[in-house]
Amino acid sequence: MATQHSRSAARLMMAPAVILLLGWMLVPLIMTLLFSFKKYLPLRGGDLGWVGFDNYIRFVTSSAFWPSVLTTLTIVGGVLVITVVLGVFLAILLNQPMWGQGIVRILVIAPFFVMPTVSALVWKNMFMDPVNGLFAHLWKFFGAEPVAWLSEASLSSIVMIVSWQWLPFATLILLTAIQSLDSEQLEASEMDGAPKLAQFGYITLPHLGRAITVVVLIQTIFLLSIFAEIFVTTQGSFGTRTLTYLIYQRVLESQNVGLGSAGGVYAIILANIVAIFLMRMVGKNLDA
Amino acid sequence: MGQIQLNQVTKSFGAVEVIPPLDLTIEDGEFCVFVGPSGCGKSTLLRLIAGLEDVTSGHIAIDGNDATMTPPAKRGLAMVFQSYALYPHMSVRKNIAFPMKMAKLPEDEQKRRIDAAAQALNLTDYLDRRPGQLSGGQRQRVAIGRAIVREPSAFLFDEPLSNLDAALRVGMRLEISELHERLKTTMIYVTHDQVEAMTMADKIVVLQAGLIEQVGSPLDLYHTPRNKFVAGFIGSPKMNFIEGPEAAKYDAHTIGIRPEHITVSADEGPWSGVVSVSEHLGSDTFFHIHETGLADTITVRADGEVNFRHGDRIRLSPRADMIHRFDAEGLRIA
Repeated sequence: MATQHSRSAARLMMAPAVILLLGWMLVPLIMTLLFSFKKYLPLRGGDLGWVGFDNYIRFVTSSAFWPSVLTTLTIVGGVLVITVVLGVFLAILLNQPMWGQGIVRILVIAPFFVMPTVSALVWKNMFMDPVNGLFAHLWKFFGAEPVAWLSEASLSSIVMIVSWQWLPFATLILLTAIQSLDSEQLEASEMDGAPKLAQFGYITLPHLGRAITVVVLIQTIFLLSIFAEIFVTTQGSFGTRTLTYLIYQRVLESQNVGLGSAGGVYAIILANIVAIFLMRMVGKNLDA
Repeated sequence: MGQIQLNQVTKSFGAVEVIPPLDLTIEDGEFCVFVGPSGCGKSTLLRLIAGLEDVTSGHIAIDGNDATMTPPAKRGLAMVFQSYALYPHMSVRKNIAFPMKMAKLPEDEQKRRIDAAAQALNLTDYLDRRPGQLSGGQRQRVAIGRAIVREPSAFLFDEPLSNLDAALRVGMRLEISELHERLKTTMIYVTHDQVEAMTMADKIVVLQAGLIEQVGSPLDLYHTPRNKFVAGFIGSPKMNFIEGPEAAKYDAHTIGIRPEHITVSADEGPWSGVVSVSEHLGSDTFFHIHETGLADTITVRADGEVNFRHGDRIRLSPRADMIHRFDAEGLRIA
C-alpha cells in the first residue's frame, strides 16, 4: 500500500496541519528568544536595543531565582507523591464491586472538571479562610486555634489544592489499568500462598507500573506550569513563588519583557531537563 | 498423600444451582479427569476443590481432614491455570520461586528445587527470561514448574492445553502423563476434550449440567457407558444412535454402535446406504453414510485401504456383540 505515490500524497495532505502546529509553536518560541536578548521595558522607553546575555545573567543572579526553582520542584514532587499514592488507593477501592459504583466513580472524577481558578477560589474562601473557612470551624469545634492556611502553611496549602485537582486524573488512569489485571494472576498468587499485602506488592503494583509512569509524565508537564492556583491564593508571597510565577512578575509587575523572556527560556530548559530525566528513569517501563 | 473427598457438595451462584449435591472420591496418586461439554460445571468443581470458590453446602476433605473452610494456600494443592497466570514482570526463575518465597523456604532449598524443576521441564536455558519472551509450550511448562516446586499433595489443571496448537498439545499431553508417572502425585485435570481424557486418565468423571453422569476408567466408559450421553461423549468419531424398528429388534428404545464396530463392503451386510463424504486420514478412513433408513447419518471407521467414493451404494454390517442398548430414558440396558 505504501507506494511512492501514496506516501507523497499523504505528506501533502498532512502538510497544512503540520505547518499550522509548527507555526503555532515556533512563532512564540522565536519571539521569546528574540525578546530575551533585548532590553525591552514597555512603560519605560520601549525597545532599548540588544543587550546580549545580560537578561540571562540578571535572571539567575536574582535572589528570587533559586528559591523559585526549589518551590516549583517541591510543588511538583509533592503533588506527584500525593496523587499517585492516593490514586492507587482510590483505584483499588473503586475497583471493588459495590452499590452505586457508577455514581461514585463520576463523583470522584468531578474535581477534574472544575477550572483551576474556581477551585482555588473555593478552597481559599470556603475551606482555608482563617475566620469563616470550614477548616477554621472544624479546628474551633475541637478547641484548637484556626490555622491561617495560606500564610502559615502556604506551600502545603497549594500542594493540597493542586493535588485535589489532579487526583481524579491519576485515579482514572490507574483504575482503568487495575481493571485490566488478569484475575487468574491474583488467584494464582492466592494459591501460591501470598497474603493480600504481598499480592499488592508483587502483582498489582508491578502491573500498575506503566500506568504510574504515564500519570507521572503527564502530570509533571502540566504541574511545571501551574499558575492560576498561586495567582488566586497567595500571589506568589509566603514562599510560593514558582518559576512560572516569577516570570509573570518580571514581565507584568516589573514591566520587563526582556528579563521575563530570559526566564521563559530557562523554564523551557528546566522542563526539558525534567522530561529527559523522567524518560530515562521510567523509559524502560514504557517499552516493555 | 493426596486423597480428596467431596461429600454432598453443592454450589449456587445466586438462585442458579451450578452443582447439585455431588459425592466423589479421588484416591491418592490417581490421575482423575473431569470431562464434559462447556458450561457443565467442571471448572467450578475444580475451583471448589482449590478453594477459589466457597461451597454453598457440603464438605471437602483432603487426606481425611475437613478442608471446606481452609483458605486455598493452606490446602496443599497447586493449580495450573488455563491462561497459565504467570507473573509477567518476573523472570521465569522468580515465577517458579514465588510460592516458595511466600512459604519462606531457605534460599538454598529454593535454589535446589528450582534447578530440579527446570531440569525436569527443560527450562534451564530460559530461567532468566520473562514469560513474554517464551512460547506457549514453554509458558505452560513454567506454570507446571511453579506448581511442582510446592511439592503439593495434588495438582489441579484447568484446561491447561486449550491455548496450545494441536501438535504441541499432543507433546504436552505426553509430558504431563510422564510427570504423573514420575511424581505419583494425585492430579485432577479438567478438559472438554475427550481425547485428552481418554489418553491421560486413570479415572474419568463425565459431567453434564453439574451432575456426574459416570465415573470410571477410560475403557469402562468406552465399553459400558451408563447412558446415551456418556456413550455419545466418549469416543471419536461419535457413536451412531439408531431408534425405531431396528432398535426394537434388540428390545431397546435406542441402540448405539461405534463407527469402528461397523464393517463396510460392496455387497455384504444387513444395512445399506450411500456414501456422502469419505475422509481419508491415511491410517483410517471415515465414511459418512446417508439413506440408510436408520438415522440421518451413520459414521463408519474403516481401514485406510478401503476405498469408496461419494455416491457409492455400500452395505454395512454391525458387530452384534458391540451393540449398546438404551431404554427410553437413555439409560443402558444391561
